[in-house]
Amino acid sequence: MNEEENKEEIINNETTEESDNKSNESSSNKERKMVVPGETIVQGDDYLPGDFTIKNKDEIVSQRYGLAEINDRIVKIIPISGVFEPRRSNNIIGRITDINFSGWSVEIGGPVSAFLPLSECPRFINKNNIEEFATIGDAINAKIWSVKRGSIDLTLKSRGLGVLEGGRLIKITSHKVPRVIGREGSMINLIKDETQTEITVGQNGFIWLNGSAEGERKAEEAIMLIETEASSEGLTDKVEDFLKNE
Amino acid sequence: MTYTKRPDGREMHELRPIRAEVGIIPNADGSALFASGKTVAIAAVYGPKILHPASMRNPEKGIIRCEYNMLPFSVSERARPGPSRRSKEISKVTSNALSSVVDLSRFPNSVVDVQIMILQADAGTRCAGINAASMALAHAGIVMNELVTSVSIGKIDDKIVADITKEEEDWEEGEGPTDIPFTMTSRKNDIVHLQLDGNIPTSRFKESIDASVKACNKILDYQIRALKGEKINENEGKK
Repeated sequence: MNEEENKEEIINNETTEESDNKSNESSSNKERKMVVPGETIVQGDDYLPGDFTIKNKDEIVSQRYGLAEINDRIVKIIPISGVFEPRRSNNIIGRITDINFSGWSVEIGGPVSAFLPLSECPRFINKNNIEEFATIGDAINAKIWSVKRGSIDLTLKSRGLGVLEGGRLIKITSHKVPRVIGREGSMINLIKDETQTEITVGQNGFIWLNGSAEGERKAEEAIMLIETEASSEGLTDKVEDFLKNE
Repeated sequence: MTYTKRPDGREMHELRPIRAEVGIIPNADGSALFASGKTVAIAAVYGPKILHPASMRNPEKGIIRCEYNMLPFSVSERARPGPSRRSKEISKVTSNALSSVVDLSRFPNSVVDVQIMILQADAGTRCAGINAASMALAHAGIVMNELVTSVSIGKIDDKIVADITKEEEDWEEGEGPTDIPFTMTSRKNDIVHLQLDGNIPTSRFKESIDASVKACNKILDYQIRALKGEKINENEGKK
């Protein structure tokens, strides 16, 4: 039961972030426009370059493929593709790739691998036998503690984090994670209820599923549907249709 | 026989029918297809990811590693798979052209792998490959200042023509064939790759630069439309 509660907690963390994004979006009420690198987004001296844009004379130019958004005077690009960019305090799911005397190396799908030190484990671990807690191939749900040049440190010292027992991992583009969760978790809760499967979503795009074989398969298909149709309208209804009719 | 008309009936500055699409390889971080007439190229981009071997790592900037290859069945005489002198050279010029627009300082110690495959060859394969790679890089969310666009300009006999075919490349009458692949950036029109195979007087060379600017702008339009989700296929319905 405790474990179940913890899972909810993680999802809730993410959904708060998602709803923050949503509120920003609705307050500014600006439409988003698809841009490619080198494209002029706006002209005139009224604007300032934000994320992934540069100013060239009086033009704001895109440096990345994505959706351009103008918030007050700041023009920024919201990426829609690319590898996961780790940030501090991201909740992620990773797979253990190596063990040494001081901790575990974890693959999290980003450009650099992460490290979980022994000291960041919440419970006592026998130093002579740390495989007991987690071994190569295990999935863990962790939080990014720090991002330094070339290394990422993880921690398990927070509610809901730990080794994921059983189940399996699937992977989607990290930029589509907010779609999979939906507004205030509506999408993920829908999939959970319909498939009777435990689902944990990491902000790096790794998703852990645990349930009956049939439920896992259905949940995976629904998530893949969300990934391919991430930008379409009425996505929750489409997924609901899919889950009920399948 | 002098060269007055193009064998496939195109205007001198006209491009071949274009096919362009992104996201054709779901496994890759970014991918694209670019076809000009019978020349078909696909490109897949993986990364940024940690660079191995570690001795090649640069803590100040990342690198772009290109691999150009022709599939064995892309030409009528089976192409031996694997790197050859020619494909290594093309990989090198492609990675140089792409490195000039990508913001390499954003991914220190890392590498972006770009794989280019030629499915079918009818001259201008390196240009099609660069066009596909440029779209694939953008599609992979790599930070880049602008796109690159490539076209092969030819001087066949005494005419300057755009986007030449194999048949034109082998034209041996009159002044003979000259093939000049150009690669330009999309905003500043900087030339980031230029090769020349044949002979051309300086005065005509300036003419060919003008032709390449025009042709590149046309191709750029296709690249942008494809990146914005359109599936372009001007070959549809034709054989």
